[in-house]
Amino acid sequence: MRVRRLLAIWTAKLVSTGCKLAGKQGVTLAGKIALKIDPNILHDLAGQVREKIFVVCGTNGKTTTNNLLCSAIESEGKKLVCNHTGSNMLDGVAAAFVLAAKNNGKLDADYASIEIDEASTVRVFPHFKPDYMVLTNLFRDQLDRYGEIDITMKLLDRAIKMAPKMKVIVNGDDALSAYLAMESGNAYVTYGIPGKVFEQKETGEIREGRFCKRCGERLSYDFYHYSQLGSYHCPKCGFARPEADFAAEAIDMTHGLKFEVREKDGRVAPIEVNYQGFYNIYNILAAYSAARTGGLELAHFEKVLQEFNPQNGRMEHFTIKNTEVVLNLAKNPAGFNQNISAVMEDEKDKDIIIVINDNAQDGTDISWLWDVDFDRFSDPSIRSITVSGIRCQDMRLRMKYVDIPCQLEADVETAIRKRVQDGCGSLYVLVNYTALFSTRAILAKM
Amino acid sequence: MKLKIGHLYPDLLNLYGDRGNIQCMKKRCEWRGIEAEVQEFELDDPVDFSSLDIVLLGGGSDREQMLVCEKLRGIKKSFRDYVEDGGSVIAVCGGYQLLGHYYDTDDGRIEGLSLVDLYTEQGSPRLISNIVIQNEALELPIVGFENHGGRTYINDNQPLGRVLYGYGNNEQDKAEGVLYKNVIGTYLHGPLLPKNPHVCDLLLSNALERKYGVNELAPLDDAQELEANRYIVDRFVSGSEGRKR
Repeated sequence: MRVRRLLAIWTAKLVSTGCKLAGKQGVTLAGKIALKIDPNILHDLAGQVREKIFVVCGTNGKTTTNNLLCSAIESEGKKLVCNHTGSNMLDGVAAAFVLAAKNNGKLDADYASIEIDEASTVRVFPHFKPDYMVLTNLFRDQLDRYGEIDITMKLLDRAIKMAPKMKVIVNGDDALSAYLAMESGNAYVTYGIPGKVFEQKETGEIREGRFCKRCGERLSYDFYHYSQLGSYHCPKCGFARPEADFAAEAIDMTHGLKFEVREKDGRVAPIEVNYQGFYNIYNILAAYSAARTGGLELAHFEKVLQEFNPQNGRMEHFTIKNTEVVLNLAKNPAGFNQNISAVMEDEKDKDIIIVINDNAQDGTDISWLWDVDFDRFSDPSIRSITVSGIRCQDMRLRMKYVDIPCQLEADVETAIRKRVQDGCGSLYVLVNYTALFSTRAILAKM
Repeated sequence: MKLKIGHLYPDLLNLYGDRGNIQCMKKRCEWRGIEAEVQEFELDDPVDFSSLDIVLLGGGSDREQMLVCEKLRGIKKSFRDYVEDGGSVIAVCGGYQLLGHYYDTDDGRIEGLSLVDLYTEQGSPRLISNIVIQNEALELPIVGFENHGGRTYINDNQPLGRVLYGYGNNEQDKAEGVLYKNVIGTYLHGPLLPKNPHVCDLLLSNALERKYGVNELAPLDDAQELEANRYIVDRFVSGSEGRKR
């Protein structure tokens, strides 16, 4: 068995190096080959983790939350396995462990912190049972792949029940995620934003799960933060937003993000970061709650946050000639609406490029564009909008039906060059999943 | 002139950009100087069909459809009178299934409205694809995206179109959707109307004819709509991805 394990590790490393030399990512391929050679490899290596294994699930915020959690764990001087590249299906998870192993088949790690695609949890958990699962939120995403959000929930429910000792760290403001955790029978802790932050207006924003998952009655909301996240209760069966074990309070978004995390025992941690986006409060809160629940002291969390640069196209900054470019991933309505909010928090003039692809990893169905509130781009600070990518025609039509003029430039690089040349000096590039890597590469070389 | 569009149960049946269909009808009225009012109905709201000119019944998950179908009994009769009187209906995906007698799922039977003689049975796998169909009476193909577990059988009714690419009502018929009086039922979202302005205008002109006796619509500049439509046809029917199937 040991020979198999070694062979799997060596081959995977060779494949990964080979792919890198050829300029390809190769992570998932390495994982796939390793599992083929030794189907027990993930089980064996995960078993060598000395302390705890975290997994991070949920539609939006997985990568940022997991990267933050990883930095927090490392700041405590712990050794860690993680999948920074965001390859989050079974092969990618296997690769994270295999590529972290030494050539003698040993894994030197105190912790593992792994993001997993929701639907892949049922394929990963037979290999190892995590100690903790962070569940960030559930929104409509890639309906062509998952069918319906109800199907994703069923899969997650099965996965959680496969690991009865796993503690769930859940966003209690999301009725769908909270329902899964509360009904699973597993132990759970909650995080959330208890107070009202935004003035409520009827936006017509798409919200999931307006009806109680437990009894079918319409949920009643005191207020919404965004999408269906907010303060809810069921008037019929009593299902309600749980009290937050980790609560974000005193929120100030005038410059970057400033708030406090209050724990149940009274400990308060002040948080201040220089990046925008209300949703980042949830990401930080999720990582903090997970690390604390996992028993970490988090003495250096402020430093972790200061040094943490959202990367991989999550509000990533580039400077090209004299233009400040911000690249941000937006791959489903909830994420895109939050992106628009983040863009509009910046009051200075800006140009916008929206890149929409429909490759398999994006979801081949781009109907969701019509569930995004693009009418909010009708604002004098938006100097121009350019639509690009494989489905730029659909995106152009989307803008036409909210009466916002836009320019079409299918080629992303040309679109960026044009706006750097004739734009106002501040450019937001909003892209969906497969457009992210190519666009990032273009920006990096410019 | 004024058209009133009733959107049935958007809080439950709101998958896949149904808002885009509403937005499309609204704008194409406004651009022609026709007033368009949209009224959304929640589950327990009474629906006065006599005040409506177009009804949109959108898509939802199986579970949500189950919730809707229990409430539908109350409006079944007045909805049928509206349809028989030539009222316009656009029913997409889950809404399309609800037009029929029933939808048999693994979790039980969802009773439909029996507005059109059709029925649906759950099958596996889900039929998920870009789709292009052709209606002989319309010059332009109809393009969209389909994603449904149900297989729909329309008996002797006219389909909305013949499948050029994708699946359609079920794997066998090579037919998609249904046309019955002024009712359009279809699995196509994407959403359906923006890339198919001819289908949108068909709904509008049917509604105007019933209400005002006019069916002439002022032409619009549809260059962008037609380009987006042609892109899908070129890619999946005439192009490389079309030849793969």
